[in-house]
Amino acid sequence: MIEMKEVSKWYGTVQVLNNCSTSIKKGEVVVVCGPSGSGKSTLIKVINALEPFQKGEIYVDGQAVHDPKTDLPKLRSRVGMVFQNFELFPHLSVTENLTLAQIKVLGRKPEEAMTHGLKYLDRVGLMAHKDKFPGQLSGGQQQRVAIARALSMDPIAMLFDEPTSALDPEMVGEVLDCMMGLANDGMTMMVVTHEMGFAKKVGSRVIFMDIGGRILEDCSKDEFFLHPENRQARTKDFLNKILAH
Amino acid sequence: MLGLDLSFFNWDIISKFVIKGFWFSIQLTIIATLGGIILGTILALMRLSGKKWLATPATIYVNGMRSVPLVMVILWFFLLVPAGFYALIPGGSNNRAEISAIITFVAFEAAYFSEIMRAGIQSISRGQVNAGRALGMTYSQNMKLIVLPQAFRNMVPILLTQTIILFQDTSLVYAIGAYDLLKGFSTAGKIYGRTEEAYLLAAVVYFVMCFGLSYMVKRLQNKIAIIR
Repeated sequence: MIEMKEVSKWYGTVQVLNNCSTSIKKGEVVVVCGPSGSGKSTLIKVINALEPFQKGEIYVDGQAVHDPKTDLPKLRSRVGMVFQNFELFPHLSVTENLTLAQIKVLGRKPEEAMTHGLKYLDRVGLMAHKDKFPGQLSGGQQQRVAIARALSMDPIAMLFDEPTSALDPEMVGEVLDCMMGLANDGMTMMVVTHEMGFAKKVGSRVIFMDIGGRILEDCSKDEFFLHPENRQARTKDFLNKILAH
Repeated sequence: MLGLDLSFFNWDIISKFVIKGFWFSIQLTIIATLGGIILGTILALMRLSGKKWLATPATIYVNGMRSVPLVMVILWFFLLVPAGFYALIPGGSNNRAEISAIITFVAFEAAYFSEIMRAGIQSISRGQVNAGRALGMTYSQNMKLIVLPQAFRNMVPILLTQTIILFQDTSLVYAIGAYDLLKGFSTAGKIYGRTEEAYLLAAVVYFVMCFGLSYMVKRLQNKIAIIR
């Protein structure tokens, strides 16, 4: 489904991705973790070309992201993305947030887009808030609307960029529940998160990145958590620190 | 003290001299605001396009206009554009000064509105732009549907403040003899030999209108602060 081959990226002279290769099969839930500045977010942002990269190849459902001839807006419309800061459109109501891209990008009729959008809004349990504006919702609710907005586009995969990092602790659960439901339904997902509980429950694989944008570990969830003796020293150190409390 | 006598001023004078000028000043303000915002937004988009062949001419235009006094632009445009140009516009030959003023104001104010819109566009976070892109929107869809509506909304108070300044500046068209609010009063003053009184009354009208508008902008700003 998603294939990365030796992808490197620089900001000026600073290298943020260093020869990253991995592949994600249909239905896999891949959790990306690592210290800040290790390039986790960049790793998922190059997949839908929100960030350009200088070296390597990426294929999404067979389409070459690195090929200048590829219709990137069209490719992006097929990959859902959820951001750390929700990024709902504040000047539009919840339903308009859900339907805008369906109508303008996919060319759906307004009624069709509405029915479709509301189906997903119902799924994230926010039907009662359909006429509100983003500013009237809590962080957790906004993030669930953002998930519904991405799902309304019928994506072939979903990318999550630290979806719970900007939330109050008591709202993390509702968003994770939402994501677990999605994972259990077989959605292909790549999730940048520090929520190790989420990784343990629904993750299929874990990618661990370290400073300099290198992929240090890329293994199954069980291998990652149950066999710490096989991990590199840097990974063990990181896991000890975040799992200590 | 000054021996002012305002009694000469009556409805007859208002309807004969003032209304016509007042109407033109309002017309000029509205057209220059709308035209300036549209043209200014285009200039702002050119400057932010990241393409040199678009950004450079827009930058030169904006900085050029902002470095020259408005009254000079008004004069130059009026003096340099040949009469044949006005003949192309219906009724143009009889209203050379007025038409010249409208075109000049749109062109001049566009430079100022462009700076406001540029600040507005830059106030929209990268995250919002990325959200639109991630949903598959093209650059122009993103601008039209996500960035510009928010930029415009954020800038409404400043755009209105600029409109108030613009309204005051419309009095500069006296330089080319266009018939605006000020001209209306001064004509009446001259005919009745009451120049000082006429200018005083003109000042009162400008003051009341601008003060009223400023007050409305302040209220609007408070309202927007609550919504956010």
